[in-house]
Amino acid sequence: MAKILKKNKVSTKGTKKTLNKNTGTEKTPEKSSSAKRRERKRKSAGKLKGTLKTTKKPPIEKLDLDNVDEDELLNEGEEIIPSEDEGGSDDDRKHQKLLEAISALGGKKKRRLAERSEATIQISEFSVDAKGEGEKINLSDLIQTIAKTPAVSAQTKSHLKKLKLEEKTVDSPLTKPETERIQRNVAFQKSSEEVSRWQSIVKQNLKAEQLVFPLNQEAPGPKPLEQVVCGWKARTPLEQEIFRLLSVNKQPINDPMLTPIEEESLKAMSLEDAKIRRAELQKARALQSYYEAKARRERSIKSKKYHKVQNKAKRKEFVKTFDEMLKSDPVSALEELQKLELGRMKERMSLKHQNSGKWAKSKAIMAKYDDGARKAMQQQLEVNKDLTQKLATTLSDEEGEDDGETSEPDMLPDFVNEVEPGQDPANPWMRGQLSKDPVDLTEPSVPETAAAVLISEDEEEGPEETEEEGLLRGFAERRKQRQEQEAENEAAKNQDMEVMTEENKAGAEKAVASHDAADADIADDDEEEEELSKFTNLFQELKDSRMEAEASAMVAEVSEPECAQLQQAMFRIKSLEDMDLLDQEEQADPAEPNAEAPQPAPLESKGADKKRKRKRGIDLAEVLTKEATVIHVPLAPTAVEGAEGAAHGQEEQRDVIKEAFAGDDVISDFLKDKRREEEAGRPKVVDLTLPGWGEWGGQGLQPSKKKRRRFRLKTAPPPPRKDGGLASVIISEKRDSSVSMHQVGALPHPFLLPEQFEVTMRAPVGATWNTRQAVKKITMPKIVTKVGAIIQPMSRDDLLKHSRKQEEEGTAGEPKKRKAPQRKRSQKRHKKTKN
Amino acid sequence: MKVKVLSRNPDDYVRETKYDIQRVPRNYDPALNPFEVPREYTRAMNATKLERVLAKPFLASLDGHRDAVNCMAKHSTSLSTLLSGACDGEVKVWNLTKHNCVRTIQAHEGFVRGMVVRFCGTSFYSIGDDKTIKQWNMEAPGYGVEEEPINTILGKTVFTGLDHHQKNGTFATCGQTVDIWDEQRSTPIRSFSWGVESFSSVRFNPVETELLASCASDRSIVLYDMRESMPLKKVIMTMRSNTLSWNPMEAYYFTCANEDYNLYTYDMRYLEKPVTVHMDHVSAVLDVDYSPTGREFVSASFDKSIRIFPKEKRNSREVYHTKRMQHVVCVKWSADNKYVMSGSDEMNIRLWKANAAEKLGVLSHREKLAANYNQKLKEKFQYHPKVKRIARHRHLPKHIFTEAKEHTVMREARRRKESNVRKHSKPGAVPMLSEREKHVVAVVK
Repeated sequence: MAKILKKNKVSTKGTKKTLNKNTGTEKTPEKSSSAKRRERKRKSAGKLKGTLKTTKKPPIEKLDLDNVDEDELLNEGEEIIPSEDEGGSDDDRKHQKLLEAISALGGKKKRRLAERSEATIQISEFSVDAKGEGEKINLSDLIQTIAKTPAVSAQTKSHLKKLKLEEKTVDSPLTKPETERIQRNVAFQKSSEEVSRWQSIVKQNLKAEQLVFPLNQEAPGPKPLEQVVCGWKARTPLEQEIFRLLSVNKQPINDPMLTPIEEESLKAMSLEDAKIRRAELQKARALQSYYEAKARRERSIKSKKYHKVQNKAKRKEFVKTFDEMLKSDPVSALEELQKLELGRMKERMSLKHQNSGKWAKSKAIMAKYDDGARKAMQQQLEVNKDLTQKLATTLSDEEGEDDGETSEPDMLPDFVNEVEPGQDPANPWMRGQLSKDPVDLTEPSVPETAAAVLISEDEEEGPEETEEEGLLRGFAERRKQRQEQEAENEAAKNQDMEVMTEENKAGAEKAVASHDAADADIADDDEEEEELSKFTNLFQELKDSRMEAEASAMVAEVSEPECAQLQQAMFRIKSLEDMDLLDQEEQADPAEPNAEAPQPAPLESKGADKKRKRKRGIDLAEVLTKEATVIHVPLAPTAVEGAEGAAHGQEEQRDVIKEAFAGDDVISDFLKDKRREEEAGRPKVVDLTLPGWGEWGGQGLQPSKKKRRRFRLKTAPPPPRKDGGLASVIISEKRDSSVSMHQVGALPHPFLLPEQFEVTMRAPVGATWNTRQAVKKITMPKIVTKVGAIIQPMSRDDLLKHSRKQEEEGTAGEPKKRKAPQRKRSQKRHKKTKN
Repeated sequence: MKVKVLSRNPDDYVRETKYDIQRVPRNYDPALNPFEVPREYTRAMNATKLERVLAKPFLASLDGHRDAVNCMAKHSTSLSTLLSGACDGEVKVWNLTKHNCVRTIQAHEGFVRGMVVRFCGTSFYSIGDDKTIKQWNMEAPGYGVEEEPINTILGKTVFTGLDHHQKNGTFATCGQTVDIWDEQRSTPIRSFSWGVESFSSVRFNPVETELLASCASDRSIVLYDMRESMPLKKVIMTMRSNTLSWNPMEAYYFTCANEDYNLYTYDMRYLEKPVTVHMDHVSAVLDVDYSPTGREFVSASFDKSIRIFPKEKRNSREVYHTKRMQHVVCVKWSADNKYVMSGSDEMNIRLWKANAAEKLGVLSHREKLAANYNQKLKEKFQYHPKVKRIARHRHLPKHIFTEAKEHTVMREARRRKESNVRKHSKPGAVPMLSEREKHVVAVVK
């Protein structure tokens, strides 16, 4: 390094020529010929390499620094003289010399000159590079050596690498037009954004049903006094003193009506808001008082029965919600279930409600004579039963539903079970229930053991027991019927039905309750019986209605094959006649399209009619397989069939079409339609004969032939139909030119469907057809302007109001909380826009 | 205890005056009132006919100018005041209710090019061919006192257009450049130019009050923001626009009156193509002004007629003309949305109704209801050919009629030629251009 430095110094001193060899940049101004330069360069390069190779130790960082320093040094120390132009003419050289001479005179100027005359400008670089390629020292060369030396830290290496990568020059500043364009673009973006804020308000105004201009009108009504008298000031000392006091106490001065707090609250709540809020509060108050009154009323009710019913209802409600809870929140549902279970266990363990206590015994004695006591005991038992009943979850229900036999009793009310506890053990209906309910099982034994209870029960059920056989017969009959139907329905039973049965049950229970209530008053046995029969009727009705609903549901789903099967099973063929009928229908079906006159069906009942319909639905598959009757018509689409040698795919296609149109005979239908049209278009003979005019009239007398001929008007035949010669077209001739003048030709723009347009046309708007209020609303003009009012252009305040309103609508849930920050925000925006 | 009593509103059964028909409770059963559609159709027809019978839009002609009326200005706070400037430099202030001239000022030498009333209504500005901007007091000077402007600014070049800011004491002029002036200074606080040497009009946006637009002679419309140092954007059209007007209710729409007989409504954010092309005039459109409700605008044309266009419709809903009205140079829509004022070459200012068949003055309640009902009926049955024919029919002077016919023929010929060219050239070489796209040459950013 030292050598190089020295050399450089020597060179600068000796020849007054600078050589910036170390850096290897093009700065070196050349003075001598290119050959010389090359030589020197080679030398220096060799030396440099040598030094570097031999002395691997010296710290490279230093070297770098040195280099820089050197450059600076050189630049400072050098007295650069512009080199002679090699290929230049003599004149040039002379000129250069002259310049040199001149520059030599003044020290300062020299330097500038030196800077100007860069070697690269005057010497052709290409010649240099072409030959001295290998010798040229680049920064990269140096860096390579650095990479070999281990002493170099990784950081420096990375720095160098980065330097290498970032060989970027600073971009030249953009031209003026370009910068202006950019500025314009930015400004435009800004202003168009600003303008876009109005979009929502513009759209809203366009959609508005009615706009009243001027838009931001102040509310009519008296203004506060302080607004009207704003120029007033306190003048007298007394007034001033008062105002001072007021200001000290933060009382309003200019605004004697409102304190600052009130003012704020006023600002926070506009009139509309206040109205809404007041309405809400009113409503809340009313509701509260209503509920309070209700609670008071309920509390004051002494009837145990009422409370019992209430409790029952609550329990039922709970069960209902429990099912939902089971789906939504199984964990808590399980807990509830456990609670219930616990309650049930306790109830089962204890003797409560078992009619075994002191009270019960005393009642049992009374029960013989006292109706109320009997009732009370019964209730106790009922409570027990309710409490010990196992909670039926949906799962268990489904299981129970699987075998129809066990589930069936569910459809019957508990009441029924209580009526005949084990009286007819042979009855499987009873058995099912008994086997299920342990209490019921015990109950029959109770009357045998405890006589008193038996008596009481006898008293209670007595009348029914006397009629029991008849009733049971009725039940059995109905049950039989039901079983028959049930057998048909079994497959169709599903969850929906379950719900329905439950509902029915509930309804039946209600009926029971009402019946009980009535029972309490009525002692007469016969009446009781009547009630009972009424109940059973009601129950049956409910069941029947359910059945009907099911049946209708079935009908709706006829198209589905499964249902079709179901239906076939549902309606049993009761007699042979029915069978015959079905057969006939099947035979008649294919003939139908052709047969103009329908075959007289022999004595079809309504049910049979229904059946036929259903049958048709079911037999779709069968119908599809049948061939449609082919009518040969020229130009008809059936001509496709004539195409022979059709490809397989085509055939398939045809099959598909055939299948699709198999049921309905399109062509004959069309022909029929056309014939009907033609028929309708033909002129009709109008008979205007009036019997009795000009001759004798009376019963059995006909107007004379002559007269009839005379008064029979034949209108002229219409012009030949346009579709007369066209077999496959119907051209309607209904269009009346005299009417069409008043008709709209094409669908007007805003309407998308003719129906929409027709609907709007059909709705009358006048007061003849609408009420005053409706007319007012319908005929409301879209834009209303006040006479003599100047309509100002929309201002930014409107925008603010609009945006605030929108925000409020967005946060309608909690309008109060967000009010204050909203205002702040909008104010901020306002400031921004002002700026 | 609350006792509920049957009560009726006396308005439902008591008539307003004794001349009113008795109010009878009606049964609205449709079975009892059949044929609703035919009956309403007849009523609609009658309403339409009546409308045409009652359509008498011309109210008054204000004469007094001794040269063609060149510009007009609405008073910002008084509905009954109108200002007009003539080609001889005379400015007149009119009282519209009395139909008379209140004040006459010899304001300029040469044309009065533009006038505008300050937002407060206490003074107004006028510019003229004498390169001056003059501010005048709205109050007339006392008897015998000479009319003198409050302020006079002598400019370097001729000013051609003038508009005042909606809320501040700044105004804009145009001439060779678009200048923004502070009222307190005699030199513009900002001047915009963008390679154009002359502008014909400049207008402030009444809603976004810092925005301006100007029409330049190089067929362009240039947008500015007062706060920026640069113009924002410009759109160059096939022909020159004479004036433009901003929609006072919709901040980003403006309509320009073009030399090619059309008006173009632009959305300032999307200048690539106009939102609507309004075409009905048969000569250059010279002026345009929006109704204060922003739903319609009125245009004045060289074809001696003024037309009223709904802002989103291609065709006009109304055309006003009289035998004596010559080229209409300026037009204004009154601030209460009821009247239209037009100034024309034959020195007259005319006052028109904005709705030709509207009854002016106070309407009784029943009159109002009837008018609303008729309007609704007309709306409902507007698509029916008979109704449509009557509602659309307008009498036109012969020259407009023939020219309009000629124009349809020309348009058709052009269309046919274009389609022929398209037919005989490479597919895609002659693209289909909608009417809206045809008239924009370029958008310069």
